[in-house]
Amino acid sequence: MSAAEEVVTEAPAVEAVPKRAMTLGYGTSLVVLAALILTPLFVKNFIIFQMTMLLIYGLAVLALNILTGGSGQFSLGQSAFYAIGAYTTAILMEHFNVNYALTLPVAGVICFAAGFLFGQPALRLSGVYLALATFALATAMPQLLKLGFFEHWTGGVQGLVVTKPDAPFGLPLSQDMWLYYFTLAITIGIYIASVNLLRSRSGRAFMAIRDNEIAASAMGVDVSLYKTLAFGVSAGITGVAGGLGAIAVQFVAPDGYTITLAISLFLGMVVGGVGWLPGSIVGSAFIIFVPNIAEGISKGLSGAVFGVLLFLVIFLVPHGARQVALIAQQLAAKLKKN
Amino acid sequence: MTQAQLAQGHAPLLAVRDVSVVFGGIVALNGVSFDMHQGQILGLIGPNGAGKTTLFNCLSRLYQPSSGDILMEGVSILSRPPHKIAEIGIGRTFQNVALFPNLSVMDNVRVGTHARTSSDIISDSLKLAWIRRTEASVNKKVHDILAYLDLEDVAHSIVSGLPFGTQKRVELARALAADPKILLLDEPAGGLNHEEVYVLGDLVRKIRDERRITVLLVEHHMGMVMSTADHVVALNFGRKLAEGTPAQVQADPDVIKAYLGSKDQ
Repeated sequence: MSAAEEVVTEAPAVEAVPKRAMTLGYGTSLVVLAALILTPLFVKNFIIFQMTMLLIYGLAVLALNILTGGSGQFSLGQSAFYAIGAYTTAILMEHFNVNYALTLPVAGVICFAAGFLFGQPALRLSGVYLALATFALATAMPQLLKLGFFEHWTGGVQGLVVTKPDAPFGLPLSQDMWLYYFTLAITIGIYIASVNLLRSRSGRAFMAIRDNEIAASAMGVDVSLYKTLAFGVSAGITGVAGGLGAIAVQFVAPDGYTITLAISLFLGMVVGGVGWLPGSIVGSAFIIFVPNIAEGISKGLSGAVFGVLLFLVIFLVPHGARQVALIAQQLAAKLKKN
Repeated sequence: MTQAQLAQGHAPLLAVRDVSVVFGGIVALNGVSFDMHQGQILGLIGPNGAGKTTLFNCLSRLYQPSSGDILMEGVSILSRPPHKIAEIGIGRTFQNVALFPNLSVMDNVRVGTHARTSSDIISDSLKLAWIRRTEASVNKKVHDILAYLDLEDVAHSIVSGLPFGTQKRVELARALAADPKILLLDEPAGGLNHEEVYVLGDLVRKIRDERRITVLLVEHHMGMVMSTADHVVALNFGRKLAEGTPAQVQADPDVIKAYLGSKDQ
């Protein structure tokens, strides 16, 4: 069998969603948007903080979704890019007094570069091997951040404390509420840009590579370039999420960015539906709230309860939130008929 | 000799010069040479293991010949990586179909235009005006090709669910979207029934006639090659066995021997 044929007959690593179904309809989008805008007006500051984290992790899951759902590459190393973003923001804010909003593009660009560079050696790997290589990155990152050499900047094991910004122009908003709306605006911007990207020539190149590398290359797609670009874009968005996370939590420390975070993000992507961008927020809600629910059910066995809940999701809706959305859509169509 | 060939003054569009491919100790291709002229349908035939697919993979740059050269309009293609073949006008289809199974028919064909368009991730993310203009022209072109190949009804279907014959046409549409000068077809008749094979043969001739695309047909379905090609090259054990019109090649004693075996064997 020729090399070409082998690739031709091999099933794609990721089962993908048709591109048209990658987003929500306008109506649903508006409802979700309205809920995201109005809810903070009626809840306590702690809930607002949790909603901010929901958006931030949502961005990180979205970034992984572009990489895995879009270009078909696995990563268990997203926590490393998240950490680089968080530290970039923290160091710029605390050592250089840069405005918090300006640190985010810098975090994004640095992480894009880091992801793009990491994507180069990763080109030779695929599937589980790529997952392992990124896993190594995630394991190494906390220790790199603790290195004495960087300690002057990173604060070593102690980490850095980040000042929470006030609302600008004397707006009558609490710090938490301002940060929430700030995060929401960035999230919406990145979401729209991501949808645009996946629907464009570049996005089609990503998906062509995911589905069949040899055929993509025969159509003129530079497979190496687009694979590394996907890594770069994914890392860049994760970096912005990391920067926002640093501001929201007001603290960065090496042990906040361990492999557990990377696995959580991976989990969030699967629960949200691989390749379905709106599912990212559902996946993010799962990784933020379900551990709390599990703890509410049993303090001593919260890990086991979380495991059981995860099992239930995998067995009942293996395609995650995307599947739930499809079922809901079909039900709605049926109800309309009756 | 076709009229197109005369108009080109005999300069071959594609020239295969003394190409040899060695895998370990096995000689898969041994000094094969032939020319392809503008507007020709060249059939490449031979029994299993004759080296057809090896030659095909050299043309699409998946294999590097051990010696010899391949010239497209007089320029060697051997220094080009596989993804830089589409832009010089070489398009291909795959044995057993290699579409993007999770994408719609339209998106598959849109990917075909990749080599003829340009963009960058920032402009794409922001959907800038020039990106929207490019997309509009891509969409128009894709619709034209789908109409040409009678695929409009399935334009928005996901390709993995379509019948095999339809998938083959989608693959042809994807290849046409790159405006190829030469179309390489790798065993297009494989998996098709008797009637479909001849419909496909007519379609290949129609594409050549109406779109002025030169076709290399690698096929072991003799009926299709003989009724479709105007020039045939026969390979066996990596060597060129015979070359000429379908009738000449069909009557060649060496070719008959290769396919049917000789009396003394």
